[in-house]
Amino acid sequence: MPRAKERGRGRLRPRASRIGSYLVLCAWAVVVLVPLYLMIVNSFKSTSDIFMSPFGFPTKPVFDGFRMVFEEGNFLQYLFNSVFITVLAIAGVMLLAALASYALVYWDVRLARAVSVFFLLGLMIPMRIASINLIIMLKGMGLLDKLLGLLPIYLAMGMPMGVMILTEYFRTIPRELVQAAYIDGAGSFRIFRSVMLPLARPAMATVAIFNLVTIWNDLWFPLILIRSEGQRTLMLGVTRLFGQFQTDWTSVLATLTLATVPILALYLLLSRQFIEGLTAGAIKE
Amino acid sequence: MTQTPGIARSGRRSPWGAGIYRRPSWFLYILPALAVYVAFMAYPLLSSLKLSFYTGSGFTLDTFVGFDNYAKLFADPDVAPRFWGAFGNTWVFFFVHMLVQNTLGLMFALILSDRRLKGAGFFRTVIFIPTTLAIVVTGFLWKLMLDPNFGPINLALDRIGLGALALPWLGLEETTLPIISLVSSWQWVGIPTMIFTAALQSIPEDYFEAAQIDGASGWQVTRLIKLPIIVPMIGVVGVLTFTGNFNAFDVVYSMAGANGAPNYAADILGTYFYRTGIAGKHPVGIPDMGLGAAIATVTFVTLLAGVMAIRRLTMGKK
Repeated sequence: MPRAKERGRGRLRPRASRIGSYLVLCAWAVVVLVPLYLMIVNSFKSTSDIFMSPFGFPTKPVFDGFRMVFEEGNFLQYLFNSVFITVLAIAGVMLLAALASYALVYWDVRLARAVSVFFLLGLMIPMRIASINLIIMLKGMGLLDKLLGLLPIYLAMGMPMGVMILTEYFRTIPRELVQAAYIDGAGSFRIFRSVMLPLARPAMATVAIFNLVTIWNDLWFPLILIRSEGQRTLMLGVTRLFGQFQTDWTSVLATLTLATVPILALYLLLSRQFIEGLTAGAIKE
Repeated sequence: MTQTPGIARSGRRSPWGAGIYRRPSWFLYILPALAVYVAFMAYPLLSSLKLSFYTGSGFTLDTFVGFDNYAKLFADPDVAPRFWGAFGNTWVFFFVHMLVQNTLGLMFALILSDRRLKGAGFFRTVIFIPTTLAIVVTGFLWKLMLDPNFGPINLALDRIGLGALALPWLGLEETTLPIISLVSSWQWVGIPTMIFTAALQSIPEDYFEAAQIDGASGWQVTRLIKLPIIVPMIGVVGVLTFTGNFNAFDVVYSMAGANGAPNYAADILGTYFYRTGIAGKHPVGIPDMGLGAAIATVTFVTLLAGVMAIRRLTMGKK
């Protein structure tokens, strides 16, 4: 760092303390990255190699773990189930929350305000509290132990956050735009589809990311509602494979690596949006 | 969530059709979202609270028993020790998060808010990585890391001559719960970091310039400009930590099993609820759903009371 730049707020933070800052951050980066490094690197080693030299790079990569995961476990089935339910639930939350938010912003009656507050209450309450009754309800509907039984739960779970983010966003859209479209003869649904939805893309992305992470990573609801092998989601499958492979660390680590990499890669691509989406609920509360 | 008066007024006067803002047909847009939300969140929640006053067998809870489930939970010699153990452990779990996760989060935010720090974006991304991982994956990964025989942590401790510290971390009653709480803090520290960072970024640049002209020291800037912005955020973070922890399950389940082994040392309300109300006790495997509903209700009430207390403590001063 050249001396000339030591102006401005630099003087408030002496150089020594900035070195301290870097030390703290680097130490934490090690604490975060080493376990992930070990997970990925060791999934390419044989189990005995892992125990001999856990920290080193694999001298000659071994794919036994990954082969085990695909051949011995139903990994692809779990993966497919998770993709299926996650995509469906995200699309549903986005659509329903956008429709509702649109009306909650423009419908100017007291009831609309009451409904807004009612949705917001859901932000404070963890859905797991309702588990006992959800099990009984799904059993009554014949959806217990069915992948699709998770759908209404995830829709309900995503609704408060979706409505909050989208109503806030729709409020920032200038009314002149909507009125211009109305004068051009567009009905309220047409305005929703051609004006509101395209403009709401950034807020929709926030909703999508928040739900992607919560639903993809959810263990609780699959655990309490699903038992059949063919209906398991990825995280429920991971618990199963973890037990199945036990001391076969290569396969266990390959399972964990495969379960992590999709979201991790997306996160690295879109880290700003991920951080925004996952922190959204907290900050705006 | 109040509508700003400006918007409401312009709505009524606007040229978008007389009274279109008051048309009942708007309700049709709200209906699908509301229906799902009521049917699968509001109703089962209230109904679960109601079921805590019932008992029965299997999936039918048809016998009203008043407060019997609660009496059992709080005082029955077979049940109560497990419940109070889990209740107490949940508080320990919470306090470790407050102490470690949120202090670290605050520290990282203060460091990252130094706009002259190079690579802040990289470190922010790294700090937030664990938050995007599935809790089960985090739990399993750290369980392997902490393995008493082959875990890299104990191997590393051995290699640097600290073999005496190479304990079976997840096998000792004294260490299990704190270690699991630390792993969970590792995962979630990104959230308080980002909340505090956002608060610090909202401070206008002029304040710092004025402070510099007045010759304020770094510590004075922190204390007089940054902390007043941060203190109200501690309430928000506290509420989030509280809700998160009283809702926790996955991390204990993956690292210590459904029983919070060894000897229930890591058993928290989440795992206790799961065993009692959903999975059923080993080896019978028949859940007591009424008792489970009572545990859920106690969790719910504790949550509400805790959230209100934290809000009053941190936001009342204003």
